[in-house]
Amino acid sequence: MRAQFVLSEIGVGLRRNLTMTFAVIVSVALSLALFGGAVLMGQQVNAMKDFWYDKVNVTIYLCNKNDAETAETCSKGAVTAQQKEQIETDLKKLDIVETVHHETAEEAYKHYREQYGDTAIASVITPDQMQESFRVKLKDPEKYEVVATAFSGRSGVHSVQDQRGILENLFNMMRGMNVAALVVMGLMLLIALMLIVNTVRVSAFSRRRETGIMRLVGASSFYIQMPFIMEAAFAGLLGGVVACVLLLVGRYFLIDAGLSLAEQMPLVQFIGWDAVLSVLPLVLVIGLLMPSLAAAVALRKYLKV
Amino acid sequence: MVTLTYSSRPTVGAPVIRFDNVSKSYPKQNQPALRDVSLEIEKGEFVFLVGSSGSGKSTFLRLLLREERASTGTVHVLGKDLARLSNWKVPHMRRQLGTVFQDFRLLPNKTVAQNVAFAQEVIGKSRGEIRKSVPQVLGLVGLAGKEDRMPGELSGGEQQRVAIARAFVNRPMLLIADEPTGNLDPQTSVGIMKLLDKINRTGTTVVMATHDQNIVDQMRKRVIELEKGRLVRDQARGVYGYQH
Repeated sequence: MRAQFVLSEIGVGLRRNLTMTFAVIVSVALSLALFGGAVLMGQQVNAMKDFWYDKVNVTIYLCNKNDAETAETCSKGAVTAQQKEQIETDLKKLDIVETVHHETAEEAYKHYREQYGDTAIASVITPDQMQESFRVKLKDPEKYEVVATAFSGRSGVHSVQDQRGILENLFNMMRGMNVAALVVMGLMLLIALMLIVNTVRVSAFSRRRETGIMRLVGASSFYIQMPFIMEAAFAGLLGGVVACVLLLVGRYFLIDAGLSLAEQMPLVQFIGWDAVLSVLPLVLVIGLLMPSLAAAVALRKYLKV
Repeated sequence: MVTLTYSSRPTVGAPVIRFDNVSKSYPKQNQPALRDVSLEIEKGEFVFLVGSSGSGKSTFLRLLLREERASTGTVHVLGKDLARLSNWKVPHMRRQLGTVFQDFRLLPNKTVAQNVAFAQEVIGKSRGEIRKSVPQVLGLVGLAGKEDRMPGELSGGEQQRVAIARAFVNRPMLLIADEPTGNLDPQTSVGIMKLLDKINRTGTTVVMATHDQNIVDQMRKRVIELEKGRLVRDQARGVYGYQH
């Protein structure tokens, strides 16, 4: 089988269906860009989770003198030394607890001063107004509920706060965007596949004379089908390349320039170029294989061999 | 397990074509297209297949090319039982056959030489082989010097010669012609028949379906007549004999 002969046949086929080929390229590119974007978004969420969950604690705030009047949970007055001891030993008995740090009111006051310095509000705050707390680090941050149910409502406990909750909203939003991207990708993929099937059908019809003659002179079905499959593969690969460019450009304008999220959200760990680059081969392979497969299936129906 | 390849020629005496009680019916048609046809065609024979439209000639040829399978009975071509030939081996079988049609079936955007070369390209012949065999076969069919003409520039007779050159370039054992003179005037037809006779004399078996009474009567070859799917006449050195 001669490469030059095969390549010229593919060129003729692609030019004959220029508009269809273009439509295939665009739809494959969009669906793959969305796919790649969704994969990267998933990685972004995981990276942020790993980074932040390591740093967040479950905090059990204890009642101080002032809380006895203001907070319902502290109606029995400030926490006693005995209660504190009981809470600490109970915490340490839990399997899921990794470390427990007791933050005294003095320490809390010190941290507060460090954060807010000599601002007006910091100057009126006194150590006994600060809340004592237990900072609990969990082995598995997802197990927050266990601690919450065990300790909220106990006498001497003001409230149990999971710092994860603040992040969870963000993560949920990102996951939602992810699902939306995947749904749109699915639809685009469907469109791409239908376009490919239709392109193959038109292509097979317009070349039925050639394929009929090929059949008569004993060309193998592989040989007859290959130009069609190569056409689809070529268009798909082009779409994949466009998708790759979109992903690279997308990361650049979202994170580094344009929206420059990296600058505006310095606390967020954004995925690096290596993560983007590692997705590209997958995008290219899918861009190559999926249209080829669709074409092969369509040929079984539309091209008699 | 014995494996036979098509490049090995059938043993002397084995028929090139053998039909054993072959019937063919198409779905959604009450009448079968072929009914209980049995015959043998030997190597080197020239056979006319005659019969009115709808008599089963086309079905007969389609069975030979394995475009259709027999409903019952067995078809052997070049020693192979076509019913037991797997799909992927069919192209290989077809390389042993040459086919010529009434409508020539040339590629209009390729030159004469490219059309003939196409038959060799698709079966993976080397460029050197193609460069050698194409001018040779074009000379044989009387088209020397017209290698670079387009099919549209040629007369009907010349186009059919290109088609015959393409069918013959791979030196098939069997040439199947479906009304090759159907679109040609009587004088041109005679030229085509002479060419087919010449090819037949190289040892290639020729099976030709035709409606051309003059040709059949002149050639005095074996005549097989079908009528409503039945074999009604098989005559050595026969005449057309069919009444319109």
